[in-house]
Amino acid sequence: MATLNHYLVLSAILFAIGTAGVFVRRNLITIFLSIEIMLNAVNLTFVAFGRSLGVADGQIIVFFVMTVAAAEAAVGLAIVIALFRHRETLNPDSWTALKW
Amino acid sequence: MIFYVFAAIAVVASLLVIAQRNPIYSVLLLIASFGALSGLYVLLDAPFIAVIQIIVYAGAIMVLFLFVVMLLNAPHEDVERDEYTHTHRGAPGDVAPPQLLVATLSMRLGAVLAVALVVELVWALGRGESEFGVAAVSSVSAIGHLLFTDYSFAFEVTSILILVAMVGAVVLARREAS
Repeated sequence: MATLNHYLVLSAILFAIGTAGVFVRRNLITIFLSIEIMLNAVNLTFVAFGRSLGVADGQIIVFFVMTVAAAEAAVGLAIVIALFRHRETLNPDSWTALKW
Repeated sequence: MIFYVFAAIAVVASLLVIAQRNPIYSVLLLIASFGALSGLYVLLDAPFIAVIQIIVYAGAIMVLFLFVVMLLNAPHEDVERDEYTHTHRGAPGDVAPPQLLVATLSMRLGAVLAVALVVELVWALGRGESEFGVAAVSSVSAIGHLLFTDYSFAFEVTSILILVAMVGAVVLARREAS
């Protein structure tokens, strides 16, 4: 039987994996994917808490988080495309300047 | 029991996402992880969230990622240190071309994903009570009612956010006229 704690532990594991991905990888696309993993871990926490309290608010917050994630992915990928045109690389270390 | 299956799939797929060198595989594995998470949402009596997880996340956002990965055509990080691309390029006769291998692999993966999706949806629609003490709020009408009463301001702000993101993405990705 899966209790609330099981979901919270799983969510913590997923969030840790996402954090590790952001710091370990040297590829902008993979870093974005790691951020998506973290967002999903938080979503799981919201739904699990909402279920354990018997309210629908957790699911509604997940709805908003998904909307923000979609907007973030669209703008972030547009920035990646724009930067890739200048430098022809996906390594974040070559993009330390805000302006050129 | 079924919780552990989905949890294992989600954790292993997420670990492989950050372990892959090829972003295309990373994106496909992340879709598998999202499928497992949507199964967990079904276990938590949130079928609406489970369905929009598949439609919006696995369907829309991940396809956007995949599209950008293919558009940039820079699949490997640290290309100069990547050994096996050169070995593949050096011996085209004895081993299948990588593109063909990827095509058959992705076709099989797509079939497996489709079957898994059907099984998951059938199971989601046909399951009974769960083990949490309180009654679940899982109906879409209840969620919609809350969304348009208590959360109506946030809902409208969300529409502005999407408009801003759309305009921003178009402006950022536009080719500069020079």
